[in-house]
Amino acid sequence: MMGWLRQHGQALRGALAKLAMQRLASLLNALVIGVALALPAGGYAVLENLRGIASRFSLEPQVSVFLAPEAKSADADALGRRLREDRRVASSRYVPKDEALKSLSRTEGFAEILAALEKNPLPDAFVVKLRDPDPAALESLAVELRALAAVTHVQADSSWARRIAALVEIARVGMLILAALLAVGLLAVTFNSIRLQILTQRDEIEVSRLLGATDGFIQRPFYYLGALQGLAGGLVALGAVGGGIGLLNQGVRRLAATYGSGFELALLDPGDALALLAFASLLGWLGANLSVSMYLREIEPK
Amino acid sequence: MISFSEVAKRYPGGQEGLRGVSFAIEGGEFVFLTGRSGAGKSTLLKLVAAIERPTSGAVVVNGQNVGALKRSAVPYLRRNLGLVFQDQKLLYDRSVFDNVVLPLAFTGIAHRNAAKRARAALDKVGLLARERANPIQLSGGEQQRLAIARAVVNRPSIIIADEPTANLDAESAARILDVLLSFHEVGVTLLVSTHDTALIERAPRRVLELRDGRLVQP
Repeated sequence: MMGWLRQHGQALRGALAKLAMQRLASLLNALVIGVALALPAGGYAVLENLRGIASRFSLEPQVSVFLAPEAKSADADALGRRLREDRRVASSRYVPKDEALKSLSRTEGFAEILAALEKNPLPDAFVVKLRDPDPAALESLAVELRALAAVTHVQADSSWARRIAALVEIARVGMLILAALLAVGLLAVTFNSIRLQILTQRDEIEVSRLLGATDGFIQRPFYYLGALQGLAGGLVALGAVGGGIGLLNQGVRRLAATYGSGFELALLDPGDALALLAFASLLGWLGANLSVSMYLREIEPK
Repeated sequence: MISFSEVAKRYPGGQEGLRGVSFAIEGGEFVFLTGRSGAGKSTLLKLVAAIERPTSGAVVVNGQNVGALKRSAVPYLRRNLGLVFQDQKLLYDRSVFDNVVLPLAFTGIAHRNAAKRARAALDKVGLLARERANPIQLSGGEQQRLAIARAVVNRPSIIIADEPTANLDAESAARILDVLLSFHEVGVTLLVSTHDTALIERAPRRVLELRDGRLVQP
């Protein structure tokens, strides 16, 4: 066991030494891998932020029913009863205008504006959720409710939030396709750099085989080299994504401030960052594996 | 220790390297293998080291049938053989010491012990003072002694040397022979191929002579 660990340590040190010896080539490889990984990783980070925004809104089909300012509590009770008896309605919630005002005043930037008003301008309302997500059913109910005397306005508008969610989903799939394509490219980069390394070390490999080195002993440093190249590329990608989000945030903060929000794009969380590094290392290892299995067997002592 | 039984080796293309070769070498023997160029000396040594596989017949080395050996078992066979090549097969991108320590790296031996054994092997061939040099800085005879040090560092029971004195002057050749004899004295089995009759006369031992792939003096 100690011998086996020692050989792994030796292989790792050997791979690190090779990376250090070929600094420029190693740096260029890391940059190529890093830039290629930064594209899907950056896209993923932005999409995660958009998903966060979209998820704040309700995506269930719902209708907001606003009562006329002169409506009495009896009107509200009657409408509540009508909604409860309607089979198309899954649930309804009465939002008195005082509660609506409190809720709005908690929104950043609105408290001062609302405090300046002499009276509450908001109407009483019902938030109605439907059993059937079909937009036609939603619209049909909205038309019926608009016809009621106590009702001034009916808003059936969750579709835009669903559209954002659908767009985010399309973009996410697009990012996955891009990531898969770039992963193939990265495999090719590592495959080729390990192939060149194998050819450079042809004499050493041949002599090592003659002197009793196992396939595992000969292959191990190349696996480590591939994984380290991938890891270095992953670190470059993380740096690029972090830097890119930092730059984007300068504009995002200004834009969000105009809406009274302190929103800014978040960096990849530690779990995602680790997953990116692991994925990059795995790609490097896979590229090395392909190269090793294709070229190493060709080098036999003569 | 080494036995050949009706061994034939035919290369792709039909060229016959060995035909019906049979002999046995006991543990602790020193045997010269002679013959002209193309007689089959290198083929025979390659069969011992499992660099080639026999087309027919049985090659048994240290109790292992080389022809039936799995690829994964070959390295372990070679670790028990000290291989010395005519062209030395040294690595010129590292020091004399690093060349000698290389076979010990495969075994997972601790670095301190490996260094001790490598220096002992270099001392044995008279190259300890040159351990930091690059092999390219050594003379032909020194390079061959370095190859011997690398071959013995794993303490093999058998040394296989393919024309170890070729291209060397008489004095260097004699020194190489002395080094090989010193291992024979401690019980190592040696199979040395040579076409240098002066070398054989200097240390008369059993001789196997190959001619056109056949053993003529078993």
